[in-house]
This record gives sequence, C-alpha cells and structure tokens, in this order.
Amino acid sequence: MLKLRKAMNRIFSFILILCLYAIHAEAGKVILKPGQSIQAAVDRSAAGDTLIFSPGIYQASAVTIRKPLSLIGNNHPVMDGENKGNIFLVASENVLIRGLKFIRTGKSNMDDSAAIKFFDSKNCVIENNILVDTFFGLHFSNSSNLTIRNNKVNASASREFEVGNGIHLWKCKDSLIEKNEVSGHRDGIYLEFVTNTLAKENFIQGNMRYGLHFMFAHNNTYLKNTFKRNGAGVAVMYTKNVTMQENRFEENWGSSAYGILLKDISDSKVIGNVFLKNTVGIYMEGSSRIDFKENTFKENGWALKLMASCDQNLFQANNFTRNTFDISTNGNLVLNQLNENYWDKYEGYDLNRDRIGDVPFRPINLYSVIVEKIPASVMLWRSFLVTLLDRMEKILPTMTPDEMIDHSPKMRPYDFGT
Amino acid sequence: MFKLLKYALYDILKSRFAIIYTVFLALVAISIYQVSDDLSKVSLSLMNIMILFIPLISAVFATTHFYNNLEFIELMLAQPVKRIHVFLSQLLAVVIMLSLSILLGFGLPMLLWGADSSLITLLVVGVVLSSVFAGFAFLASVLTRDKAKAIGISLALWIYFSLVYDGLVLYIIYSFADYPLEKATLALVMLNPVDLGRILMLMQLDISALMGYTGAFFQQFFSSGSGIFIATFALLIWMLVPNYLATRIFRKRDF
Repeated sequence: MLKLRKAMNRIFSFILILCLYAIHAEAGKVILKPGQSIQAAVDRSAAGDTLIFSPGIYQASAVTIRKPLSLIGNNHPVMDGENKGNIFLVASENVLIRGLKFIRTGKSNMDDSAAIKFFDSKNCVIENNILVDTFFGLHFSNSSNLTIRNNKVNASASREFEVGNGIHLWKCKDSLIEKNEVSGHRDGIYLEFVTNTLAKENFIQGNMRYGLHFMFAHNNTYLKNTFKRNGAGVAVMYTKNVTMQENRFEENWGSSAYGILLKDISDSKVIGNVFLKNTVGIYMEGSSRIDFKENTFKENGWALKLMASCDQNLFQANNFTRNTFDISTNGNLVLNQLNENYWDKYEGYDLNRDRIGDVPFRPINLYSVIVEKIPASVMLWRSFLVTLLDRMEKILPTMTPDEMIDHSPKMRPYDFGT
Repeated sequence: MFKLLKYALYDILKSRFAIIYTVFLALVAISIYQVSDDLSKVSLSLMNIMILFIPLISAVFATTHFYNNLEFIELMLAQPVKRIHVFLSQLLAVVIMLSLSILLGFGLPMLLWGADSSLITLLVVGVVLSSVFAGFAFLASVLTRDKAKAIGISLALWIYFSLVYDGLVLYIIYSFADYPLEKATLALVMLNPVDLGRILMLMQLDISALMGYTGAFFQQFFSSGSGIFIATFALLIWMLVPNYLATRIFRKRDF
C-alpha cells in the first residue's frame, strides 16, 4: 500500500514537472545572451515565441525572420551590424520588436541597408528602439497595419548621399507612426504610395534634406508633429486628401528651404499649424482646393509663396505676424480666396466695431514682387526709398495683383493658444 | 584741449536743443514701447525712425552749431592754442552730445522695458550715424562761409545717402539683374554708411528672409570674422574721413 502511494506520488510529481515544462515550452520564452547567434535562435523557435535579449552586444547581420515572433530587449541590448548590409529582415505577420538598439548598418544605396527592413509584413509593432548611425533606419515595403512608436533614430552623416531615410515606407497602408524622434538622416519620414496612415507627435529635426517627404500618399493624417531645422523643410507632392493639423514647422533656413513645399496637392486641409522663423512658410505650386485655417505664420521671411498655378485654395482665419513679407506670387492671376485673416501690417479702421476692418487689405507689397524677380534687391528692404515706393503702391496699385486681397481682415489676432 | 572740450561740452549740454532732442527721442521710444506688443516690433519702428531722422538732425544741428559758435571759435583762434584743438573740441562736443541724447533717449526706455540684441545694435548704429553725419556737417561748414549754403550741403548729403543712393543701387540691381550681384551689392553697401547701418539691423530683424539666396551670402559675410572687421573698418572710415578732411581745411582756412 505504502509502496503504491510512493509510486503514485512519484508519478504525480513526474506529471507535475512534465506539465510545468509543457507550460514553459508553450510560452516559448527563449533568453539570449551576448555571443549567441540570433539567426540560430530565430530558426529554432516556433511561431509566436518570444526571444528575450539580455543586455550586451550581439553580432547581427541579415537576421531573417519569417514567422510571428516577439523580440524584446532587456535594457537596450546592442545589435551590431558591423557595417555589413541590413541588420534584421522581416517578412511575416505579427512581429514585435521592442527595446533594442541598432548600430552600424552597411552604408550602401545598392541594397538600401537598414536597421530593420520589412517586406510584405502585416500587424507588426516596432517600439522603443534606438537606432544610431544606421544608413536607413526603419524600412518598410508592401506592408500594412504597422505600429512604429517611440523609436529614436539618429544618424550623424555630414553629407546627404552618405545616409538614407529615417523612417521609410513604400507601398504601405493603415499604419501608425507615433512619437518617434528622427535626426541626421536624409529624409526624416519618407512615404511613397502610403495610404490611410497617421503620423502623430513625431519630432523630426536636423535632417539633411526633408523632415517629411511624401509622394502619392493619399488619405494620410499628420498630427502634432514638429519639423525643425531640416535642410529643406518639408516637401510633399502629387497627393490628395492630406490632413495636416497642429504641426510645427520651425527654423527651416536656406535659399530653398520651406516650412512646407506643396506641389500638386489637392483636396486637403492644413489646420492649426504653426510656421515659425522659416525662410518661406508655405510654398505652393499646382495645388488646388486646400483649406488653410487657423494657422499661425510668425517671423518668416515669406509667410506664403503662392504661385499662380494654384487655384481654389482658401485661406481663412490665419494669423500673420512679423513676417518680412506676407505673401508673394509670380503672376497676376489669382484664383484663391483670402478671408478673415489677421495681418499685423493692416492699417485700416473699424467704424462699426464688428472687429473686421472696413478697408480691404492687400497682403502683397510692391517690394516682395521686386524681390521675387531679383533676389539681390532684398538688401534694400526697409530703406527709406523702398518704404516710399511701397506706400505709393498701396495707394495706387500698379504692379501687384489686384485680386490678391483680403476683404475682411480681422482687427485683432486670433488666439490659438500657441 | 581738454579744457576747450570741457567748456564746449558745458555749453552744448546746457543748450535747449540737447534737452529737446533727448526728450523727443525718449518720447518716441516710450510711445513705440507702449504701442508695440513685442521687442522686435519696437526695434523695427525705432529703426525706421532712426535711419531717417538721426542723420538729418545730426547734420542740421552740427552745421547750425558750428555757425552759432563761429564767434567763440574765432575768439579762441586768437588765443595761444592749437587750431586743431579748437576744431576738435567743437566737433567732439557735438558728437558726444548727439550720442548721449541717443543713449539716454532710447537707452532709458530700454532699461525700463527690456532690450534684445537688435536694440543694442540699434543704439550702436545710432551713435555711429550721428558721428558720421556730424562729420559731414563740419566738412560742409568749413567748405563754405555761408551758413545757408552749409546747411544746404548737409541736407544734400543727407538726401543723397538716405534716398538717392538707394535709388541708384536699385537701378543698378535692376539693370544688371542677369548677373550675379552678391559681391557688387556688398561693395555698394560699403559705400553708404546709412545702408551699412540698416543692413546691420536687417541681420537681426529679417534673418529668416535673409537666409534665402543673396541674403545668405550677406549673412555669411557679416557673421564671419573678416566680414565684421571689414564692416567696422568701413564705418570707421566713414566716421574719420570727413572729419579728417574738415580738419585739414579748417587748419588752412582764413577767418
């Protein structure tokens, strides 16, 4: 009897241990230590496993992931690409990459070396990673439902061709790009053929070319991002249905630097953004049916360069303060509307006290037309002669387009809380 | 020399003009501070006034002052003092008075309500322009014996430097628009103290607009060490050359 119980006990404990082991195996947690091969660990693991990286440095080059896996770093372990090609290549669904640090990818335009490169992937999450001196940072193609969050992507190349884009999406859709910091790359965020995507609260600073660059990227929303001191600001092209809201465009300085350059953009909304200290706040050509509302243009060289090829755009309820020139254009044709904006250069009066000036405001002054033709003449700006010329033009407009006029200028600036 | 300067200064500082001028500048500055809501607008408005009026007032005042004091100067010349000292004491007294008026008139409101780098530049440019145009005025005064003629010459110089010259430059820029004009405009700017002062202010006020194209070239020039040196040197020449010429003529002039 006693023997039997002992045997039973043994069997039970054996089963118990077996069960525990099975549970452990089912969770599929694999802990990696520095020096181990990541590729071998990935190949061994089953779909849905979690690889946990202990702190340290791992040699990682072209690690290929073709099944759903979670890769989680403990205290930002370093994936060292040793200047050879890509570090991770992913082509799968449900991959999570969190808390890793990537350094030293290859530097090649032949294969667009990247820290993580995704192909044909779905439902992937990339968050809390640090990327230092990678050629491309995060590179996605033909993927969908991506979440790219809280990554710090930083490169320190000195010339544009020495580095790729920070966050690069090509032919992707339904994704979220949130709270990332990108600096020192060619383009901060680059989107081409990307649809239904939300870029939110990203901080894009000091990139060689554009902070944000998109083409053929319809139905996307850009919310509360900051684009600061990028080589040529933000440039967006050939796209419709864009919503840009509450972004900040700051200190983009240079002969071809713009807060935003809009080329062939249509049916879009630009609302509540702040343009501060840019050489040109917004440069527009070939763009139609865009609503600009409640934006703040402050201390820019030119708040708006509105080319004559733009039509049916509406500028309503914006603040224009302390810009050197408010608007300039390149022709006499004006097919756009200006309404109820506040212009700090407005000198009219308001007899009926409805807070709207009784005299229309012409935001283009003569000298901005001259400077548009001959940039060198900017040096005479604010001289007595030029002030006189401008006064005369205000009284008898001859060179400036008649139609560029705000019939209902506000007397007081709007308070947008910025 | 110092004794002469001391009495010349006493004389000029006690004059009604010095007080009126200072109060006028202070009133202008105060009203602009009251109306504008931020500092860069203040310096913008002050600059517009300064570029235009300070050279004018300096030129006219210095000329009239020289002629009003002509008898005193003649009396002094009869004494055993050096001619150059008599002349320099008058000139320095005028420059010091004009500079003090600007420093007090614009400076006190700045102390009260705050200043930024553009306003400090404004003060410096004001002082420089005052001394340049006082120099022109003294040169005009020693060139001719007629007070009206001298004031005429001073005014002509003022109109030339603040209006006509810019018109010529604009014309040149327009005519040669197809050529790279950066260095040419830079040289042209050096030839006019008012423009030089104005551009030093532009560097502070319209920096965003200046970052484009030609402006970036100017910005680079004026922020580089050699650029600052050349600009300062040009301003110094503008301050010293008219005075030097005036001194030479005065030394030989027969009263």
